[in-house]
Amino acid sequence: MPALIRNNTIVSDEWCFDASDSDGIGRRRAYSLSEWKEDGRPAHAGVQMEPGDDCRELAEALPRLELIAVHFPAFTDGRGFSMARELRDLGYRGELRARGHILPDQMHFLHRCGFDAFQPDDSSRLGASLERLQGFSEHYQAAVDQPLPLFRRRG
Amino acid sequence: MYAYDHYDQQLVDERVAQFRDQTSRYLAGDLTDAEFLPLRLQNGLYVQRLAPMLRIAVPYGLLSAVQVRKLAQITRDYDKGYAHISTRQNIQINWPRLEDVPDILAELASVQMHAIQTSGNCIRNTTTDQFAGVAADEIEDPRPYCEIIRQWSTLHPEFAFLPRKFKIAVCGSHEDRAAIHAHDIGLELHANSAGEMGFRVLVGGGLGRTPVIGSEICQWLERRHLLSYLEAILRVYNKHGRRDNKYKARIKILVKAMGVDAFRRAVETEWASLKDGPTTLTESEMARMATFFTPPPYEQPDAMSDKAAVAAAAAAEPLFANWLRRNTVAHRVDGYRAVTVSLKATGNPPGDVSDSQLDLLADLCEQFSFGELRTTHQQNIVLADVRERDLHALWRSLQAGGLASPNAGYLTDIICCPGGDFCSLANAKSIPVAEAIQERFDDLDYLYDMGPLELNISGCMNACGHHHIGHIGILGVDKKGEEFYQVSLGGSQSKDASIGKILGPSFSRSEMPDVIETILSVYVAERLEDETFLQAFRRIGMQPFKERVYARVDPQ
Ligand code: SF4
Repeated sequence: MPALIRNNTIVSDEWCFDASDSDGIGRRRAYSLSEWKEDGRPAHAGVQMEPGDDCRELAEALPRLELIAVHFPAFTDGRGFSMARELRDLGYRGELRARGHILPDQMHFLHRCGFDAFQPDDSSRLGASLERLQGFSEHYQAAVDQPLPLFRRRG
Repeated sequence: MYAYDHYDQQLVDERVAQFRDQTSRYLAGDLTDAEFLPLRLQNGLYVQRLAPMLRIAVPYGLLSAVQVRKLAQITRDYDKGYAHISTRQNIQINWPRLEDVPDILAELASVQMHAIQTSGNCIRNTTTDQFAGVAADEIEDPRPYCEIIRQWSTLHPEFAFLPRKFKIAVCGSHEDRAAIHAHDIGLELHANSAGEMGFRVLVGGGLGRTPVIGSEICQWLERRHLLSYLEAILRVYNKHGRRDNKYKARIKILVKAMGVDAFRRAVETEWASLKDGPTTLTESEMARMATFFTPPPYEQPDAMSDKAAVAAAAAAEPLFANWLRRNTVAHRVDGYRAVTVSLKATGNPPGDVSDSQLDLLADLCEQFSFGELRTTHQQNIVLADVRERDLHALWRSLQAGGLASPNAGYLTDIICCPGGDFCSLANAKSIPVAEAIQERFDDLDYLYDMGPLELNISGCMNACGHHHIGHIGILGVDKKGEEFYQVSLGGSQSKDASIGKILGPSFSRSEMPDVIETILSVYVAERLEDETFLQAFRRIGMQPFKERVYARVDPQ
């Protein structure tokens, strides 16, 4: 059973992301953005976004979507970081999952941008990833985890 | 200068621990080469032709004596006893061992320094005028804003994996000494018609393969909006910049592809959701930052008698007179001058400085310049606050340390990247070309007769030596495995910035001093009274240079 990090724990996945996933039986399948649109934009669904997808397409459905996964085909492709912040700025409160080629060393930034679930392709790295979730104790910038920049809190 | 509080210190300490962890996982095989690459780059570590190279951040070029001594010690303990000043005011050491880098970073952290984001596809060190705070033509000190930008960009969670590197420069004076037109974002402090200070924002400038002069996207931005506006620009770039081709990934290509008006609209749309949010700067934060850059306790010298003493010393020693005239500039406080310490002595690779010279500079800045010095993008050092009556004593000490070349701003004050001697990306060596030119034009009378002249050399298209914006630019090119050099003329990095035009077919290394000499002889023959090289070139154009150069040497 595939696993992921959610709420600071390693849990097994109730979603599957690939039609050919043979052990996806019994798990809910997440849509791609185009599948979701073709299927009439169902509420209470899960959608996986790819880099370059426009997350404003989800805007109206955000209060009801249960999962938005943002796919990182390569860990060097930073578009997913901006997408997460935009989704949170648009008011999405549900599970926001980073999936794909993500490094333990990126966990901290992903978390700050609004991700609350993390699923590296290489599941042997889940432990290392969890350990590095809180990489730094303070940050200069405002972000999703800390909406005030340090200069408004410094003292 | 800015002093860390416990937040800043904790962050650099945690960064050292993080890099120690990354290095040991890499050495243990838990991180692949490809995965470790951006992690080490974002800590300034390259793997070069011969050894790793570590680029240490010098935020907007400012260093204290304590930091300079630490750098001297690091080059002794971990390297070969010298450092190199880069064209972005940073400091590079060329021979550290990978295993030692976490320790070097810990040494740096002990003096409030780091190597964060000195490389990689992220927001790099913000650069500015080396005469910030002392220049007679300054409108407002840019350094508080540089520090504000430094903190905002440091470990910014959204912008650590951009399509490509991203460079910001800030200028606060009438003359632009920060080359803001050649940066991804250029910021120019100026007042609006109501007299309020704000920023003119340029975007999409840059050198490299496709040199572009930045375009204005905001004529006047209120200061408090600085960070939210930068964040909007970066977000547009992060989302839409090209990632399929690294040569087309800089923001300049995106601005060109979208058109500057469409780009501005995209930024404004993005900004609408960020403007007036928590990232908006507060008056108290701007005031707090300004307190770190207040003037030092200047004495009230007897300017008249000081000037008379300097004049007498200059009359007695022509060498001192030369240096005084070329390597010192006016200061906003009467009785003081700002001194450029040239790292361009003939035979010294441009921008290289030895450990003992660093120690000497640390002592001299404590003795004569309130314990601070600056690195410059021309790869020199500036002591910004020297009393006029101390100039002669300072000069003597510099001379003893081989640091008194009186050539600041002249032909032999060459900007030069490390090139093929060190850099694995190079097409050709650059240091030997600089040395050959310095040797040929060693005669000071000739040098001064040529007037202010910027000659910049890059070993490849990446243009670290800023060849496009040199009055004379030299670019190393590879022709069937052989090193050749292409010459361009008429570049400028000032407010009237321009990209140099290519003279014609390239030359072999041994031809270069002759080629430069011919170019200069055309200038001498054609110039009107008081006309600089750049002015003359702009008036007469390329043709006379072309004719003479290619009549004399055989193009390859
Ligand atoms: S211009 Fe080219 S050769 Fe010179 S340092 Fe940059 S990458 Fe290396």
